[in-house]
Amino acid sequence: MFDWTTMGIVFALLGAVLAALMGGIGSAIGVGMTGQAAAGVVTEDPSQFGKVLILQLLPGTQGIYGLLIGFVTLTQIGVLGGSSDISLAKGLLYLAACLPMAIVGMVSAKWQAKAAVSSISLVAKRPDQFGKSMIFPAMVETYAVLALLISILAITSIGSIQV
Amino acid sequence: MKEDYIYAVARVRARELGLLSRQDVDQLMACKTYEECLRTLSDKGWGAGEASSAEAVLAAEEEKTWAFIHELTDDMAPFKVLLLPTDYNNMKAAIKAVVTGVEPHQVFLPGGEIDPELMLRCVREGDFSPLPEDMAQAADEAYHALLQKEDGQMCDVILDRACLMGVVRCGKESGVPILADYAEMLCATSNVKVAVRACKTGKSRAFLDMALAPCATLDAGSLAAAACKSLDDLFGYLAATPYSEAAGKMKESYSAFEKWCDDKVMDLVKGQKMNPFTVGPLFAFVIARRNEISTVRIILSGKLNELDDGMIRERLRDMYV
Repeated sequence: MFDWTTMGIVFALLGAVLAALMGGIGSAIGVGMTGQAAAGVVTEDPSQFGKVLILQLLPGTQGIYGLLIGFVTLTQIGVLGGSSDISLAKGLLYLAACLPMAIVGMVSAKWQAKAAVSSISLVAKRPDQFGKSMIFPAMVETYAVLALLISILAITSIGSIQV
Repeated sequence: MKEDYIYAVARVRARELGLLSRQDVDQLMACKTYEECLRTLSDKGWGAGEASSAEAVLAAEEEKTWAFIHELTDDMAPFKVLLLPTDYNNMKAAIKAVVTGVEPHQVFLPGGEIDPELMLRCVREGDFSPLPEDMAQAADEAYHALLQKEDGQMCDVILDRACLMGVVRCGKESGVPILADYAEMLCATSNVKVAVRACKTGKSRAFLDMALAPCATLDAGSLAAAACKSLDDLFGYLAATPYSEAAGKMKESYSAFEKWCDDKVMDLVKGQKMNPFTVGPLFAFVIARRNEISTVRIILSGKLNELDDGMIRERLRDMYV
């Protein structure tokens, strides 16, 4: 007979994996897109390398946030040491806590990449507008940071809940 | 829309900095002589590097544009709307050269998709099957019109109509709105030009039906009917279409109408400045380069013929940057 109550750790680990996986996928796609645009600008004007490199890296942060959430979750659920005896309800709570970072991470990385590609075009045409060009993709970062915050708050608080 | 042009668009954006601006055009206009104009262009990197004629400079610039596009993409399908007119023009030259028995010398335009030598071979052998189906059919018809009826105009009309229909079809099939819009505008404005000329020379309805290519924004039948009546009827019909301004420009002068057509195309492609992902900006770049080459040609020929600056300026096109 399958015992569902032992599945808590599985769901918790699934949450940690999803946060790292989806954030990483989003960032890989995003940095890949911006990398193409950056290479295009540098082909024509190598002096713009520094500026376009910063813009290229902006969609890379979601992968880092996903990794952070994954790491914190693994620590909390005892996979990296300590007790990994987690109830099914807690396991599901950890999974739910990881989802904001997983979903928002992937979606925001792709959209931030589109904004960053547009900003790279802006820098190509008006190198003096680099400061402004940074702001547009950085705005998208807000929502990745909000998701990171809510995921971290949730993950670190679940331990004290008695379920 | 495909988004695999990110690298290419970024390169185009950087290249756009080198396009001629309104200030550059003013600088050219300020040149006192034709030679000074050529020197200014040479300082801006125009031409192949050595002192050469205006035509050589302009041809070198056209060649540079296409070399750049070939560097960016192997897929030339989206550019067919720009290449088809060159191919059809070469087909006209090939048919006329073979039928008149003249050895073709400097009659073919460079930059087409189909090798003019293949066209010549097809016409000589009377077998057009190696060519794309649409072109083969039109070429066969045009060839027999010239050979049997000795009607050069009919030959041109058949190929021009097939070219416009091909351009519209390529635009629609591309799935890129800018290409479809450009193709539609080219077809419609060409139809207007044909209708006005036919009206002025008193051509028959049958001729117009054969010459006008079907397009979405102008009803070829109504245009032909109006052109058969009078110029006023023709302009009256145009006033009720998206090309109402064209009638006013036509009344002004033919060169005003030509400038209006080019400026409308420029307005159309300027929207691509905000598009960082698709083939649109590459297409817009080619149009922008062609536009500046045509603007420089107007200035150079004006300077060469010592025309008044006012006359040259009223023919200058809007610039992309």
